[in-house]
Amino acid sequence: MRAEKLAWALAALALLAAPLLWPGNAALALLTQGAIAAIACLSYNLLFGQGGMLSFGHAVYTGLGCYAAIHALQALAAGWLVLPVSLVPLVGGLAGLVLALPLGWASTRQSGTPFAMITLGLGELVAAAALMFPLLFGGEAGISANRVLGPAWFGISFGSQIEVYYLCALYALVCAALLRGFHFTPLGRMLNAVRDNAERAAFVGYDPHAVRFLAFLGAGFFAGIAGGLAALHFEIASAEVLGAQRSASWLLFTFLGGAGYFLGPVLGAALWVISSALLSEWTPAWPLYLGLLFLFMVMRAPQGLAGLIAQGWALVRGRSPALWLPGALARAGAGVLALLGGCALVELLYRLELEAVIGGEFRYFGLRLDSASPASWLGAAAVLLAGWGWGRWLRQTGRST
Amino acid sequence: MESFVIALLNAISYGLLLFMLSSGLTLIFSMMGVLNFAHASFYLLGAYFGAALSARLGFWPALLLAPLAVGLLGAWFESACLRRVHRHGHVAELLVTFGLSYVLLELVQLVWGRAPLDFQPPALLQGPAFTLVQELERGAHLVWGAAGAAVCRAPGVLCHPFPATRVFIVAVALLILLALGWLLHRTRIGLVVQAALTHPEMVEALGHDLPRVFMGVFGAGAALAGLAGVVGGSTFVTEPGMAAAVGPVIFVVVVVGGLGSLTGAFLASLLIALVQTFAVAYDFRLLPSISLAQVAPILPYLLLVLVLLWRPSGLFGRRTA
Repeated sequence: MRAEKLAWALAALALLAAPLLWPGNAALALLTQGAIAAIACLSYNLLFGQGGMLSFGHAVYTGLGCYAAIHALQALAAGWLVLPVSLVPLVGGLAGLVLALPLGWASTRQSGTPFAMITLGLGELVAAAALMFPLLFGGEAGISANRVLGPAWFGISFGSQIEVYYLCALYALVCAALLRGFHFTPLGRMLNAVRDNAERAAFVGYDPHAVRFLAFLGAGFFAGIAGGLAALHFEIASAEVLGAQRSASWLLFTFLGGAGYFLGPVLGAALWVISSALLSEWTPAWPLYLGLLFLFMVMRAPQGLAGLIAQGWALVRGRSPALWLPGALARAGAGVLALLGGCALVELLYRLELEAVIGGEFRYFGLRLDSASPASWLGAAAVLLAGWGWGRWLRQTGRST
Repeated sequence: MESFVIALLNAISYGLLLFMLSSGLTLIFSMMGVLNFAHASFYLLGAYFGAALSARLGFWPALLLAPLAVGLLGAWFESACLRRVHRHGHVAELLVTFGLSYVLLELVQLVWGRAPLDFQPPALLQGPAFTLVQELERGAHLVWGAAGAAVCRAPGVLCHPFPATRVFIVAVALLILLALGWLLHRTRIGLVVQAALTHPEMVEALGHDLPRVFMGVFGAGAALAGLAGVVGGSTFVTEPGMAAAVGPVIFVVVVVGGLGSLTGAFLASLLIALVQTFAVAYDFRLLPSISLAQVAPILPYLLLVLVLLWRPSGLFGRRTA
């Protein structure tokens, strides 16, 4: 428990101090998106990590929350709704909850693979249906609104980005605390029981469908809040917020962060901020790296980043560095070597297509690589193979632990 | 009447293309319990391999080699990735194929770019296979190939051409159907596969290498998707979006038909193709603001939800607990 309190304090402190450590408007916008993504991933993990329900259609709820909040802002501007702007995300949450009533009831009748298929189908259904009602959803272009309206409560008008950021950070903290609290309620415990063995839970007297359904409603509500915050931040909702790609990224980052740990999805959201801010500057192939990382994690580290950190901590804790440092260094060396070779291959592949346009030469960690020269390809492949072989040798000889 | 016939033929050819995809998916599912999320990505890969190979070797060698390459890749993926996560359960298997679909899409975009690729069918398959010529006083008759422009431009004459590539889709799909039926029911390999479906332990006890059977089935399913990719890519457009366009539809087909039922997949493919084609072909207003053609994209998913509510195991699926 002490470790958890520490993690909470650290997360709160990081949220508070982040704008000071990383100033600038672009950074602030990214941090805001990170806080929003954290709520969305946490709500996704209520289904995936806590309830064992793999959903391919979670963007439906975040997206509908976004649209509802935009409509609420428009109604505020028109004057027939009176509500502080800071409570508009709750309208999004309600919209997510209301949508989750019929859709959640239909999807949670099943679990496992059928559940995944139903959520995929419902996701496509809602995304395609949204395009059919341009009055409500604005078609491909979407609908927009202005968040600066009404009286400024306590002098906060949400005109500047920093005010929006702190609102999102506050929402993120409150939502995270509520979701954590939910985990310790009887319903939260039953949700875990239904995930692990639905049949036995049914024998104890709890209807698995009802338990899954209630959890789904909660996930829909918090997803809607995330969507509402996104509406405040972007001031626009367009077709892609509902789409399959957005659903896929909620799944991707929740899993990468670590679905088995409560703060794993928050790590996933942080990873999302880092990858979209830094990786996209370095290389246009960053979605591919994310996909490869995802594949690697599914096969080797299904507990995600949070799991890796916990494993590393368990390995290091209370032991003298002489015991674990050499093994860890060797493993890290093998990993870095394989990573260097693999990334070089991907970059070469990318240059191959652009060879005619910008030339095949590029700088890679101080080396000059050229997609036209076989030496570059062979070198990259050799480095990758060396790293992979070294790692395999470490595992087989048991020198890594 | 004549436009109805053409729409029906279009629907059948599209339905058979869907069946080429869903047959592999359903075979893999019934055997390994894995819903292969990356199946549509194998379709995408087949189209791009086909385009790249046909630019160098011509269309017909590409038609053979591209599915082979996709099948080998699928078999490798099964043995290197899918098999390793098997002990973590079906959700992990679904996740690993989801990751593969993501990676394959990005790889294709990285290597070939995001713009549509120029992938033309060979000269033999270009143009119409036959044309229905509808004349006011003489009724309709059929002309092989294209009817002359002079015939079609005459007053009171309507021409309905039917593309040769569509006929080719039908021919390939029927050939696949026959070959698959023969392979599953008349050969020793088919017997082992069928036995592995129902009695995996006994098959293993009799000395058959079950993991290798799985690898073969997965590779064959991927190769089928690759073949559909070459055929579909040259008929329609070869672009990165083609996986996302067809992927959810084949899941609908497999679930509506009943998970694991080949007959169900066949009938559901045709059903969904008919529903989608005729919703677009016969455009009438449901409400003042919404026409049937606008609703067409959501019809398969509506069907999916209805079937799942009314009969959760699908039309031809076995009842599950």
